[in-house]
Amino acid sequence: MSYLVLTDVRKQFGEFVAVQSFNLTAERGEFVSFLGPSGCGKTTTLRMIAGFEQPTAGQIVLDGEDITNRPPNKRNVGMVFQSYALFPNMTVADNIGFGLKVRKRPSDQIKKRVDELLELMNLPDKGSRYPYQLSGGQQQRVALARALAFEPQVLLLDEPLSALDAKIRVALRQEIRSIQRQLGITTVYVTHDQEEALSLSDRVVVMSQGRMEQVGTPFEIYNFPTTAFVASFVGTLNILPGIVTDAARGEVTIAGQPVRIDRKFEGSEGSDVRVALRPEMVSLGADAANGANRLTGKVRDVNFLGSIVRIRIGLGDGGAVVVLDEFNEPTLKLPQRDETVTISFPQDGPLVLDASAQVESVEALIAEA
Amino acid sequence: MAEAVAPSERGAPPARPVRRFPRNWLGLIPFFLFSFLFMILPTSFLMIGSFQKDDQFSLQNYADLNTGIIPGAFFTSIEISLVTAIAGGIVGFALAYVVILGGLPKFLRTATLTFSGVASNFAGVPLALAFIFTLGQLGILTVFLQGLGLNIYEGDFRLTGKFGLELVYLYFQIPLMVLIIAPAIDGLKKEWREAAENMGATPAQFWWRVALPILMPSILGTMVLLFGNAFGAQATAYQLTGGTLNIITLVITSQIRGDVLHNPGLGYAAAVGMIGIMVVSISVYTVLQRRSERWLRS
Amino acid sequence: MRSWLKLRGGADGGRRRSLGTLVASWLVFGAMFLYFFLPLLATFLHSIKPRPNDIPDPTLAYRQVLADERFYVGLGYSFLVGVITIIISLLIIVPTAYWVRLRAPRLRPVVEFLTLMPFVVPPVVFVFGLIRTFGGPPFQLLATNFGSDLVLVAAYVILSFPYMYRAVDTGLAVIDVRTLTEASQSLGANWARILWRVIFPNLRTAILSGAFLTLAIVIGEYTIAQFLARTWAFGPYLSLLGRNAPYTPAVVSLISFGLTWIAMFMIAYLGRGSRQIQVAGAR
Repeated sequence: MSYLVLTDVRKQFGEFVAVQSFNLTAERGEFVSFLGPSGCGKTTTLRMIAGFEQPTAGQIVLDGEDITNRPPNKRNVGMVFQSYALFPNMTVADNIGFGLKVRKRPSDQIKKRVDELLELMNLPDKGSRYPYQLSGGQQQRVALARALAFEPQVLLLDEPLSALDAKIRVALRQEIRSIQRQLGITTVYVTHDQEEALSLSDRVVVMSQGRMEQVGTPFEIYNFPTTAFVASFVGTLNILPGIVTDAARGEVTIAGQPVRIDRKFEGSEGSDVRVALRPEMVSLGADAANGANRLTGKVRDVNFLGSIVRIRIGLGDGGAVVVLDEFNEPTLKLPQRDETVTISFPQDGPLVLDASAQVESVEALIAEA
Repeated sequence: MAEAVAPSERGAPPARPVRRFPRNWLGLIPFFLFSFLFMILPTSFLMIGSFQKDDQFSLQNYADLNTGIIPGAFFTSIEISLVTAIAGGIVGFALAYVVILGGLPKFLRTATLTFSGVASNFAGVPLALAFIFTLGQLGILTVFLQGLGLNIYEGDFRLTGKFGLELVYLYFQIPLMVLIIAPAIDGLKKEWREAAENMGATPAQFWWRVALPILMPSILGTMVLLFGNAFGAQATAYQLTGGTLNIITLVITSQIRGDVLHNPGLGYAAAVGMIGIMVVSISVYTVLQRRSERWLRS
Repeated sequence: MRSWLKLRGGADGGRRRSLGTLVASWLVFGAMFLYFFLPLLATFLHSIKPRPNDIPDPTLAYRQVLADERFYVGLGYSFLVGVITIIISLLIIVPTAYWVRLRAPRLRPVVEFLTLMPFVVPPVVFVFGLIRTFGGPPFQLLATNFGSDLVLVAAYVILSFPYMYRAVDTGLAVIDVRTLTEASQSLGANWARILWRVIFPNLRTAILSGAFLTLAIVIGEYTIAQFLARTWAFGPYLSLLGRNAPYTPAVVSLISFGLTWIAMFMIAYLGRGSRQIQVAGAR
């Protein structure tokens, strides 16, 4: 049963198109993430669902009712803001109960509900505190409780964890997900952190420059990206320059070495392409599996990252660099710098991108850091 | 200084902390000296004078504050200050709100704030004159209304009276409120309103339950500041009324001119009384200011 | 038309507002505009009002003022007093603010309290105290012109403290004076040199802001000047005109207003990009 439906939703600010033709059908209880870089339109779309922006075109339907033109205070959605936006003049309990107070519920009912939520958020004795007395993580939980108090039909979260420390972020996002599951509430979650999106969602919408790039489960998005943008934004990626030998048979050369790719692509003989490859698909050593591609190169760098060892290998005359990750293990025998090694990857692993496609590569990411 | 000498005599710890102590204060000596000579000393002399009656130490002057024209003067001063503080506060807040959040073109906000900076400084003689030119017996507004058949001087209205003075004082009270409350209104986060709306509040409910409570310390604090501002004003009142209105600053004015109270000590006591009231108002302002800063910074 | 109303969304980024809110906003603004504009208009009209003779003469009052020696004496005297006040005030305040920040931060509350005293003691009470203190023994300053001038300047310096201190203190915060000082010291400069060559030049904007405000206050000041018998100062001059002459006070009023506006404009111009408010308050 489609619970939240956005049809051809579009938002334009003067000449600037922030959101082009957004379409989504979310089921009841589903957790959907909008994932993308700053300025891609994900927050704007969320705000249109909340009612803070008016769509230039399109329709938003919630549980069968058209809410496109309804003012924000008449929609039954609960929003959690990036900056928490807790009311500083009210206690935690008053903050949480605000939505109920505005709906004129009796005060004993409000108190009961507030206590319920304080329990749920694991803040049992903080009801009479003021926001400034709480830590960031606690404030965010209060914001979440506040949004849930009046039992909204949809929960909206606008990058709720981006202002928090890394450790708290990981802990809190699990809490959010488990509470969401417990309550079974339809949720839209906006983030630029792909780890968050992938680990929490039932489905992910990847956005870029106002467009929906791809909609799918985290598994689909990661393993079967349909556009270059999705491939590069989600997860890390090796980008290798290749030259087409025979597109129909999936043959290219990378750094002069032959490679077979089991996916459809186009290109005339001799044309430049870029071959995208996830680090975890590449393994050290000649893979015994039949038909696996093999490339030979020299080790440039071995970086120990804790649970992962990252090895950079230059292919051919050093133009192409492959980054591969191996799980750290005390018995691991790591290659040395300047050692010649063989790497292998399966034939259906790589993605072939147009040479002109704008993608971020692992190299670029390392260079930026 | 005694503390500073002991350690060096004992000789054990480094001499630096000892030598640094007076040197750190050196740079502040001109300031302290100047402040003492021209601020603390005159104020102290006033206080000393207030305790003297007929060249003897006496508390009588303070008791005598309740005699003659003085209580009336204090009362009227306080009344005028309260009225202009509250009215100026409310109107000033309304103007600031309207120009920042009311949907008016953006340039009006800048214009209003700049003008407020000028107008809050346009007190004293020129302001009194400007109002005489407007609402005096021959003022352009008076004449204009007479042309319409309305004679404002027919009734009790006198520009030189209490109400007239209040009207004039608002000319610098309102801008002062606008200037001080504008940053506070700016400090209202957009997200608060959105969060309130999101939870079902109407704009009125948002203002009543969230925005006004958050702004209240600022508003009240500024009103207190406005109170002190009006309480101490003299030049405007003197020029407007010729010294005829019985407010405490004009009483002091007459006293300086020539001991109208026939008791120098009483004059000083009245002055000290004024200082006391100002101290209370500044203290209240400081407390409220701190509270508002804490909330608006969150 | 409706879209124009919606677009002109004010500081809130184009949020839609109800027609009622907009109407109310314009009404409030309109009423305020009238209230503030009328007295200025009245002053202007008064200044060009011809004498009750047959030939209308709008510039008569202006010419009378400009021909009046007392106008120049008043403006010149007050301007000079203002400049001297500014110089002395800076010589006291800048080192003080610097020292408080760098060497004696624990004294900050004391210093700030002292700079705020002018708000606690209204001018009329202040001059009352000054007369009592310096009029009689042991100082006996007010018998001579020079002595009275001295006290006047001193009083104005005190009056300027709140604004000067705030301006300079904020300026010091902005330029990160601690780091600048340490850098200068590591390059071998002594205190005087640091103050003169490093701190003062970087505080130019702050100093000018404070200076303009002080100047505006001094030129317009009436109470202290009057009671210290400086009746030729600009404030008392205007007051005298206002009580005796029919039309010339309007001109001087306008000039005074114009000067204040220029001072405030300079302050706003200097302070562009910062969020300071400079207010002078009632007199």
